Amino acid sequence: MPQIDQIMSTYGSQFFWLVITFGLIYFVIGRSMLPKIQGTVDLRKGKIAGDLAAARAAHARADEIEEEYRQAHARARDAALAVTAEAKAKGAREAEVRVRDADVGIASHLAEAEGAIAAQQAAALTEIEAVAVEAAQDIVARLTPAKITKPQVNRAVKGALADA
Amino acid sequence: MAAESGKIDPMHQFEIAPVFSGGFDIAGQTIAFTNSAMWMLLTLVALWVFMQGGMKRELVPGRWQLMVESFTGFIDDMLVANIGAEGRKYAPYVFSLFMFILFANILGLLPIGVFGGHPFTVTSHLTITGVLAIVSFAIVLIVGFSRHGFHFFSLFVPHGTPLPMIPFIFLVELLSFLVRPFSLGLRLFVAMTAGHILLKVLAGFVINSTNAGVGYGLMVGLPSLTLMVGISALEILVAVVQAYVFALLTSLYINDAVNLH
Repeated sequence: MPQIDQIMSTYGSQFFWLVITFGLIYFVIGRSMLPKIQGTVDLRKGKIAGDLAAARAAHARADEIEEEYRQAHARARDAALAVTAEAKAKGAREAEVRVRDADVGIASHLAEAEGAIAAQQAAALTEIEAVAVEAAQDIVARLTPAKITKPQVNRAVKGALADA
Repeated sequence: MAAESGKIDPMHQFEIAPVFSGGFDIAGQTIAFTNSAMWMLLTLVALWVFMQGGMKRELVPGRWQLMVESFTGFIDDMLVANIGAEGRKYAPYVFSLFMFILFANILGLLPIGVFGGHPFTVTSHLTITGVLAIVSFAIVLIVGFSRHGFHFFSLFVPHGTPLPMIPFIFLVELLSFLVRPFSLGLRLFVAMTAGHILLKVLAGFVINSTNAGVGYGLMVGLPSLTLMVGISALEILVAVVQAYVFALLTSLYINDAVNLH
């Protein structure tokens, strides 16, 4: 096995070159390049963590805004409902008042009209009475010689009309 | 690879030989630019090129950058899971360790033999894995003693040990602690060596049986080749798993030193 057989004649050269190459690897690659690469990786990790945190914060803020919007929306709806309810109530009240006024007007018109009708009826009745009295007086004068006075005829006509 | 008289030596791939003649001597050792050194440098270059993708440092990563970041993130997560938040402090070492072993393992598996090259697996050498294991173990000792002082020895006495058992348990725990660097280094070395020997032996079957005739080739070579394809896939898995195991055990041992159970 050359690794054992040659140990005594080659260990010096082996150690020499190992110290040089491994020393270079340790100082140039391990001590100088590796920390830079680690730094890059750490930087990236930090950036990703920061970005994620920012995204989470933005997400939370968006939720907040949505909640605020929802509350504002609810408030606006409540206000709108209140306005419409009030308007409805006001409209109902006004309509009631107007109906009442109209009722009053109609009632007075009705009373007026009834009064007029009653007056006309009374006027018509007195006219009929007068005409009937005259007619009765004429009829009696033409058919009979008896002389009757106006008050007599009046009484008779009134009695007849009242019977009718 | 093919030695004289058609014999194929599966161990030849582990031999260390200078690429260029020359070199210098230190304390009786000749330091030459060997094939092992070349593959260590290749590992370094490949890893450096790979890491360039991670240096774009864009906020939205491309595929390459994401691949690099998934490796760094993998080690980061492993350290944080095993050691805790301060585990990231050890990321430079554990990441270097993991990537060096992973790239060395995978480069050694590359089929460049097809083009006449000789792949060499750096991590199949005890000298390399042993040094890495000792460095890991040294970090554990340094961190443990600098943080806890002599209280670090309480690591060897688990909670709730009955008083008469303490000396015995202490010895057992100390022994298992001291074995750690050996198991760490040997595990990787053996896993890589075994896999590569198996592949070379099977490749030798394919070549020798085919040379012996079409019948042998079909009867022995073809099944061996099929097996090689499967084992190559397995070896890729082993390459990744061994790198992971080395890094994982290192982070677990560092956890012992940092948190004392």
